[in-house]
Amino acid sequence: MSYFGMSKLTLKSAFRRPVTRAYPFEPRRVIPESRGLLVFDKTDCIYCSVCRKKCPTAAIGTSRSQKKWTIDRLRCISCGYCVEACPKHCLRLSTDLGSPAVTKDREVY
Amino acid sequence: MSATLPRTIIPFGPQHPVLPEPIHLELAVEDEKVVDVIPSVGFVHRGLERLVERKDYQEFVYVAERICGICSFIHGQTYCQAVEAIMKIEVPPRARYLRTIWGELSRLHSHLLWLGLLADSFGFESLFMHSWRIREKILDIIEATAGGRVIFGSCKIGGVRRDIGPDALRTMLRQLEEIERDMREIVDVFLNDGTVKQRLVGVGILSKQDAYSLGCVGPTSRASGVRQDMRQLGYAAFDEISVEPITRTEGDSHARCSVRCAELFQSVDIVRRAAAKIPDGEISVKVTGNPNGETIARTEQPRGEVAYYLKANGSKNLQRFRVRTPTFANLPALVKMLPGCTLADVPVVVLTIDPCISCTER
Amino acid sequence: MNEEQSFPLIPVETLLSRVRELRDQGWRLVQIGAAAIGPAIEVTYSFDRENRLSNLRVSLPAEGQPRLPSIASVYACSFLYENEMHDLFGIQVDGMAVDFKGKFYHTTVPFPFAARKT
Repeated sequence: MSYFGMSKLTLKSAFRRPVTRAYPFEPRRVIPESRGLLVFDKTDCIYCSVCRKKCPTAAIGTSRSQKKWTIDRLRCISCGYCVEACPKHCLRLSTDLGSPAVTKDREVY
Repeated sequence: MSATLPRTIIPFGPQHPVLPEPIHLELAVEDEKVVDVIPSVGFVHRGLERLVERKDYQEFVYVAERICGICSFIHGQTYCQAVEAIMKIEVPPRARYLRTIWGELSRLHSHLLWLGLLADSFGFESLFMHSWRIREKILDIIEATAGGRVIFGSCKIGGVRRDIGPDALRTMLRQLEEIERDMREIVDVFLNDGTVKQRLVGVGILSKQDAYSLGCVGPTSRASGVRQDMRQLGYAAFDEISVEPITRTEGDSHARCSVRCAELFQSVDIVRRAAAKIPDGEISVKVTGNPNGETIARTEQPRGEVAYYLKANGSKNLQRFRVRTPTFANLPALVKMLPGCTLADVPVVVLTIDPCISCTER
Repeated sequence: MNEEQSFPLIPVETLLSRVRELRDQGWRLVQIGAAAIGPAIEVTYSFDRENRLSNLRVSLPAEGQPRLPSIASVYACSFLYENEMHDLFGIQVDGMAVDFKGKFYHTTVPFPFAARKT
């Protein structure tokens, strides 16, 4: 039975550049289809509240009388249900990642 | 002279460096040999089965996917299949092939994760890192096709939410060739290296009779000779793509490792066959109305057979949602295999049933 | 995709003998699940042989203390399902192979899934 079968793989990886990325200095290659932050475009919104009803985690809040659209970023799971439901196509998912936060506030548009 | 040795009770877990998820075992040990074991679960019980009463049945796909992080796609797929069986919805053929492709990619990443953890459990850290390096490439493929690395979010009742275009399919197949070459290198170490064999051969033997009568499922029972694979039921595209269950006869840890290694290559082959045969067409049908009735849906997760029992009574929320996951069915096998092993073999045996404890206690 | 399934209702007294018959014919235990439907608790036993599913159903009234005999003498692996049924639904099962005495799942609310007696 072989005892040194792994040595070929180990030698190869000892003389190759590391597979891990030097993260803060080398940014991650962005994959265009990945689901990231939700982006809201205020210009066409009619405040119909369909996005609020469809959101599974209740992250979106809307108010027709005050013309406000809010989102709790830490609750959003980037599922894309609201993007499919919006009749005026005001919402889309970008590939950015969210930033860390210390408090749970809602963003108001 | 046969004086009985004094027994010591050693608690193993819930926090242990070798366990991916918390499980507690009380080991009764006589001088390094395990004599009795009592498992204890319940550390990650989230009561997900009660959440059905608050969320409507279409939104619940998101919760079903998040029962477990490793086998998440097939949980969502089984839930959708069960609801589609109750409401008698016909899923279009292209969606069934896409679900098959994603399911097999999910099986690939789960088995590579498990191979890494097994290597870590007997101290072979560099093999662990190589397995996970290959897994990263599969996660990149999944992100490029489904949008997320671990939680795919692509199944919905009536079909799938996203399509994979022909260019994306070709890129995926090209990347899979490279991945297959890498996988052959590490599988050779797992199966033939002398030090690995000393830790795995003859450890934790489960006979075929025991595996069947204790209700074991998945690679744990296939390594003991039971020829059963739920993909033979013909769900998704498996009625047109036939799958032969991979079995071994020895029933020890080496056989369980060997079954999962062979399943890696079988999954790559299934993805290639599905990508060659995938028909054109739409990817989902519109769903209206509420479900009424009950059914049990079964599919093959990377760890074995999962059974979903759903009962609906015509309202927007389901009445009862019960999941019986494969690790729950494999736990009695652990109680049977551990007596007789030395203390140093306990982590290896616990890992060979592939415990996914967050699935076990949803 | 899914074959037609039936859930025949049997009386509690015949449960052990029916399960023993199935074991002698070579069926494997798949799951034991309980569901609180209205004022009754329905317990479904599912078995599998050669990829075909067969079910048995027992209905217990939620009034008083619902009791069931354990099938541990036939299938030793049933202790996990029976302990879970006891901890979540409050069903008393007599003769379990390993009895955790209510400590299988640690929940703040005892018997959280029990049938609501409304």
